[in-house]
Amino acid sequence: MDAALVTAASDALIAVAVAVPVCLVAGGVAIATRRRGRGTDGAARSDGADAEVAGAGRMTAVLTPRATPEVAPAPTAEPAPPPTPEPEAEPASYRGRLGKARGLLSGYLGAVRAKGRIDATTWDDLEEALIRADVGVGATDALLDDLRGRVKSGEIDGPDALVESLKGDLVAMLTTDGSGLAVVGADRPGPVEGETARTVDVWLFVGVNGVGKTTTVGKVATRLTRAGTPVLLAAGDTFRAAAGEQLSLWAERSGADIVRGAEGGDPSSVVFDAVQRAAAKGQPLVLADTAGRLHNKVNLIEELKKIRRVSDRPPGHVTEVLLVLDATTGQNGLAQAKVFLDAVDVSGVVLTKLDGTAKGGIVVAIQRELGLPVKLVGLGEGPGDLVDFDPEAFVDALF
Amino acid sequence: MFESLTDRFDGILTRLRGRGRLTEADVDEVLREIRTALLEADVEIGVVRKFTTAVRDRCVGLELSQSLSPGQQVIKIVNEELVAILGGETLQIRYASRPPTVILLAGLQGSGKTTASAKLARWFKQQGRNPLLVGADLQRPAAVEQLQVLGGQAGVTVFSEATDPVAVATAGLEEAKRLGRDVLIVDTAGRLSIDEELMDEIRDISGSVRPDYTFLVIDAMTGQDAVSTAEAFHAALTLDGVILTKLDGDARGGAALSVKEVVGRPIAFASTGEKLDDFDQFHPDRMADRILGMGDVLSLIEQAERTMDQDVATKGAAAIIEGRFTLEDFLEQLQQVEKMGSISGMMSLIPGVSKDLKRASESVGDSQIGQVKAIIFSMTPRERTDPSIIDGGRRVRIANGSGTTTADVNALLKQFKDMQKMMKGFGKGGMGGALGGLGGLLGRGGPKMSPQAMSDMASQMGGSDLAALGAGAPGGPASPFTGAGGGSKAAKKGKGGKKGKGGGRVTPKSR
Repeated sequence: MDAALVTAASDALIAVAVAVPVCLVAGGVAIATRRRGRGTDGAARSDGADAEVAGAGRMTAVLTPRATPEVAPAPTAEPAPPPTPEPEAEPASYRGRLGKARGLLSGYLGAVRAKGRIDATTWDDLEEALIRADVGVGATDALLDDLRGRVKSGEIDGPDALVESLKGDLVAMLTTDGSGLAVVGADRPGPVEGETARTVDVWLFVGVNGVGKTTTVGKVATRLTRAGTPVLLAAGDTFRAAAGEQLSLWAERSGADIVRGAEGGDPSSVVFDAVQRAAAKGQPLVLADTAGRLHNKVNLIEELKKIRRVSDRPPGHVTEVLLVLDATTGQNGLAQAKVFLDAVDVSGVVLTKLDGTAKGGIVVAIQRELGLPVKLVGLGEGPGDLVDFDPEAFVDALF
Repeated sequence: MFESLTDRFDGILTRLRGRGRLTEADVDEVLREIRTALLEADVEIGVVRKFTTAVRDRCVGLELSQSLSPGQQVIKIVNEELVAILGGETLQIRYASRPPTVILLAGLQGSGKTTASAKLARWFKQQGRNPLLVGADLQRPAAVEQLQVLGGQAGVTVFSEATDPVAVATAGLEEAKRLGRDVLIVDTAGRLSIDEELMDEIRDISGSVRPDYTFLVIDAMTGQDAVSTAEAFHAALTLDGVILTKLDGDARGGAALSVKEVVGRPIAFASTGEKLDDFDQFHPDRMADRILGMGDVLSLIEQAERTMDQDVATKGAAAIIEGRFTLEDFLEQLQQVEKMGSISGMMSLIPGVSKDLKRASESVGDSQIGQVKAIIFSMTPRERTDPSIIDGGRRVRIANGSGTTTADVNALLKQFKDMQKMMKGFGKGGMGGALGGLGGLLGRGGPKMSPQAMSDMASQMGGSDLAALGAGAPGGPASPFTGAGGGSKAAKKGKGGKKGKGGGRVTPKSR
């Protein structure tokens, strides 16, 4: 045979050799999943931290070796609140910082207002403004269709009124009752017969890679300790190299205690130990960092579900599950929110990096489709740069 | 990656496939759908406009070809325009005549610079280079520690010191010269494009190390803002290319299209998983194929070539073709495949894989592979060659031995038996039969696998070579597998990529 023919054939052979084991394994998992889904699960139990029977559809309950979480000594020597506490004039700093990134949208809206009447280009301009802010096609169409109807009926008569109505709609959409953070210690369920009392609230921080989870945990810790609420940090990101170190530095800065596990260890057991330690020391709140995970990685989402279950076991009580979302995220943010909401019952969104040029419009779509409120907004790298979400300031800054 | 975009196009174009003629109304309908699909894929709105206009201009008034259906013609046009936007050719690294070749990475916070630095260092190492990493991110707590850990995993030394970023970068360059390293990769802190102070700082870093390549690291999930970020960094640093990260998510990655179009610099590398090996050069032409659902077998073969033991792979493949693939062979192949990176990453490269199978593969972690291996390890050699002798008693023994349940053992055996049955048919039609059989295998559980995709795959993999040889034409460029020495893969790849147009094995589109 010709040499080239042989090599071409061997390329194909190798592709087959790769493909077969790949799909054999994947197919095997699919079968195993279906089987487990029918409830004949014989998955091995883990250790004390995971004494649950694997439920339907679970695939990760395969003997995660338990790392012994080492309890880092709290930096009790000098919890040192910063010598010059930064001023936290929240709404002002919010508008001020967002202002930097303004300009783009006001350009479109300026053009809309300047025209004096509403025509086809008006709608094109509005559409482009919303799309460019990452609001998304679906939410944009819905907003504009509603406005079109109101223009037709004569309710809105002119570009100024149109722009104001759009802003009003957006603010209304983003204003919800549930946008405040849970009050620590409130709303704890009464003791159940034969169960340990729930004395420790747990806030979980979840999201995809690189959105700023660890930084957000650090900032929330700073904010709460400054306000006089002692917190314990759980370094639940045991995957990313040096994530624990990063959180430790935040613990030092904020004067919070921290519980860390071994790199590559079981994150659930880290959070479990943190809750135990908080209960023993009488600390009311654990802030649990988790590793970044793409929402389409089924096994990682299963791991997160387990973290939530373990955290919610007495004395622990999960009162916030905050989805951290990067303001530069586009339409994929909606898919992220859906999966995390389904998996771990997210209670709110933290929108980070809003001090850049990105507008974070995807939260409009998330609020509209999933009803998830934005609770906090990140406006910079400083410990004080995390503020409460203010819909009016947000929408104002957009336009 | 890009699955949803593929699905959109699939939906529209399948309807179109049935038509005999392409009317203007047809074109408009398709364009509306394409526009929405692209916007939902986060392609920048200006780029979308340009794209749809280009496609429209070419579609309307198009002389209908005799040999292609209107649907095929639109696919071809969309494909060509996508390739045109994504950039025609893969970026080839030209090493500096006086080493080290300096590479500077920049980007927003959280885009994945530190991980990309380590992956890039490993990639260079695999190219036979000797890189040094410099940790110049002194901003984020523990960023340097992270780079050190990742550098350790990649087997690359990391240099850093607690001074300031410009000083670290300068000292890093000296260190690379002193150690005789030929590639220097500088990781920098994440920064916003509007932060003038930090943009000045990175300009200073760039001025002091004079990089041969400046790459902007961009998250594949980025929305419309990708363009303004890229423009700002380009204005400050003059970019040479982009590294696209987190492509293993389900984001449609429209940022890739936008950035290329607006800044005019190619996507040089793409990162497709959490493992250090899930990283490779970006192939625009293949990506367009991928958007259109044609898979990317070439990338898979290259990945295999880098990590697999050729003899074992060839032996396994031969066993498959000859219909005597045993559990022993399977175990061997599995151990090879494990080295290549994540199963789901590989799955996404195979054309026509059914959605169910893809979803299933996403949940395949090391623990599942470990379990399968444990089960096979617990079998005797005889059981591995002839699983039919495994009775109830043996099952219990195997389950106990591997720490699994008999149900797990049964599932594996059943799956393997089904697979073997299918593989029996492979050998009959020679290579074509094997590929066809593989198609049936992968498409299982979903109607998505088309014979068309399969023949595309066959032609991608060398059908053109075979055809050319049949016609007595001279052989194409050497296969990567023949010149298997550790030599400069980059050069070889480059050659293949260019010559491919001439009808060689690497021709991605020979349909």
